This record gives sequence, structure tokens and C-alpha cells, in this order.
Amino acid sequence: MIYLQLFWEFFKTGLFAVGGGMATIPFLYDLSDKTGWFSHNDLANMIAVGESTPGPIGVNMATYVGFVTGMQDAGIPTAILGAVVATLGLVTPCLIIILIIAAILKSFRNNKYVNNAFYGLRPASTGLIAAAGITVVAANLFFSDVWSRGNFLGAFNWKGIALAAVLWVLTNVVKKTKKWHPIVFIGISALVGIVFQMG
Amino acid sequence: MKLLLQVFLTFAKVGVMTFGGGYAMLPILQREIVDNNGWATEEELMDYFAIGQCTPGVIAVNTATFIGQKLKGTWGAIFATLGVVFPSLVIISLLAGVIEAFSHLVWVQNAFGGIRVCVCILIANAVVKLFKKAVVDIPTMIIFLAVALGSIFLSISPVIFVLLAAGAGIILKAIGGKKA
Repeated sequence: MIYLQLFWEFFKTGLFAVGGGMATIPFLYDLSDKTGWFSHNDLANMIAVGESTPGPIGVNMATYVGFVTGMQDAGIPTAILGAVVATLGLVTPCLIIILIIAAILKSFRNNKYVNNAFYGLRPASTGLIAAAGITVVAANLFFSDVWSRGNFLGAFNWKGIALAAVLWVLTNVVKKTKKWHPIVFIGISALVGIVFQMG
Repeated sequence: MKLLLQVFLTFAKVGVMTFGGGYAMLPILQREIVDNNGWATEEELMDYFAIGQCTPGVIAVNTATFIGQKLKGTWGAIFATLGVVFPSLVIISLLAGVIEAFSHLVWVQNAFGGIRVCVCILIANAVVKLFKKAVVDIPTMIIFLAVALGSIFLSISPVIFVLLAAGAGIILKAIGGKKA
């Protein structure tokens, strides 16, 4: 019963992903390794779609993963079922936790242990996302199969690295473009990908 | 019932207008919740948002759930949550269907090849931003490195790292004195 598992996996993601949208990504890489429902490449595509569409990115990711997973079962109807199940799985722990906290609001915000836990949780969550980021970089800027054959220069995706360098400058250095929405950079990258055949 | 429906529709609107989640949502919440509906004051909204950030889960969903709960109890919370995820469900399902149908085309694959490079940079930028807030001293640097390396080289569920880190935070602060 993949729908039960889908619900449970996203329930865990909702419960343990701390720090918003991107924090769900490491859990999804873990899920991909564990189940093979979708590949690392699928996941990177989903992140791009999740970033460029309305709605919180964490919710978008859950919906997308659920859709793709359900699709493999019996087409569009089960894809929609999968999307709904995964999304509900993600938000159910939020609902439960917030209802509890709403009941004990004042003591929660000033609770020493809650604050101290977050002292450790924040760097851990950042570390998990960094690890997921390295996985994405390894998959898209290097060809590990060529590397293992000893062709070191050929192992670098030079077109990808050049595009990444330009994007980094545009999103971090150039004052005018820094504030642009990610969707603009995703659009530019899609065009560059088509023109320079980066698929 | 009318209020519940209004809660659902208002948060569906917030969901549609939130691009990327998190902080992008705050100005939209201010307009919809404080200015248009008067469901909370500016200060209350900031409180809910702060709690949404420091609880597990999606910040946008947490904040919505909280406001819904304050307005109309458990049902309010449920309707607000469903409202905020509803647009994602519809939009992503439509898009995913279209993308699946065209994913075999060479130019679509090339486009996504370029897009995945962009995703690398988006994640890197997110990590840098979070790093500046999260890694404030040597112990947090050690936690960051240990979790990042552990996650790359060991096949351990992220759940374990999160639980260990929460425990480490409490223990480190307890040893470190009364600064907390």
C-alpha cells in the first residue's frame, strides 16, 4: 500500500523538517534512496518547479512527489490521490503541533529547553540541506562515470559549471539582479539549457 | 460555517500569492489577515509567524494553522491548513501532468538540464543564508559539519540527525552556563 507509506513518510518529513521549505529536501533525497519512487534528477526538477510556482515550497514538493509516485500506480487518478495523501501527510503534524502549542502558547515561547533545542537544530538543519546541495551539485556538475574511468577533465560538466558561475554572480554580486525572484533565474537557465543542449 | 469558508478562501488566496514560502508570505499575510479581515493585530501576526518558524514543519502552514485556531478553534485550524495547501495541490498536479507528458522531448530535457544547474545555486544560496543565522559559535559549527558529513557519508535517516541535534542543543546549553 504505497499511499499509507507515502502518508507516513511525509508525516515524518513534516514532523522533523525544521526551518521551512528547503528543510524538506534532505528527507526527500532519503526517500528517493529508500524507495526508488523517483530519481535524484527527478527531485532536482521538482525543486525547480516547486520554486517557480505559487505556494509554499515544502507543500509544492510534497504534492509533486506524491503525484509522481501515484502516477506509477495507475495513471492520473492515482497520481492525484498520491498528491493529496502526501500533502496531507506533510501538514498533519503541523496541525497537531500547532494545536498543542496554541493551548500552551506563553510557556512554549519562553521555554528554555525549546530555545536550547533550536540552538542545536538550526545548524543541523543547515548541515542536512548542505549535504543535499552537494548531492545535487555532484549529480549535475560532474559526471561520476567518466571520473571513475580516469578521464578527469572530461568528468566536469563545463557548460554547467559556467552557467553555475554566472548564476552565482547574478544572485550574489550584481546589485541589480540580486533581488530578482528565483523564477527569473530558473527561466534563464531553461533557455541556456535548450540553446547549449545541456540535457 | 460562513466564517470557516471565509478562512479557507482567505488562506487559499495567501497560498496562491506566496511564491517560495517563508518570508515571502509575511507581507501577504499582513494585508489579508490584519488589514482586510482584522483577524489579528500586527503584533499577534508577528508572534504567530515567529512560532511558525520555531516549530517543525512548513512555516507557511504553521502560521496559517495558528491563525485559524485562534479564530475558530480546531476546525478553524483545519480549514486554514487546507486552504493554504489547496492551490499547490491544483497547480502542481496540473503542471506535473503536463511535464510528465512532455518529458521525453529532447528540448524539454535540455531545459531541465539547465534548470538543475540553477537549482544547485538556489540551494547553495539558501544554505549560506541559513548558515549565517544558525552557525554562531564553535559548537554550532561542529554540529553543522558533523551533520553535513554524516549525512553525505552515512546512510542514516535525517530524523536521527534532527533528534540528536535537538538533544545536543539542550545539553550544550546546560553545560555552557546560563547564557541561554
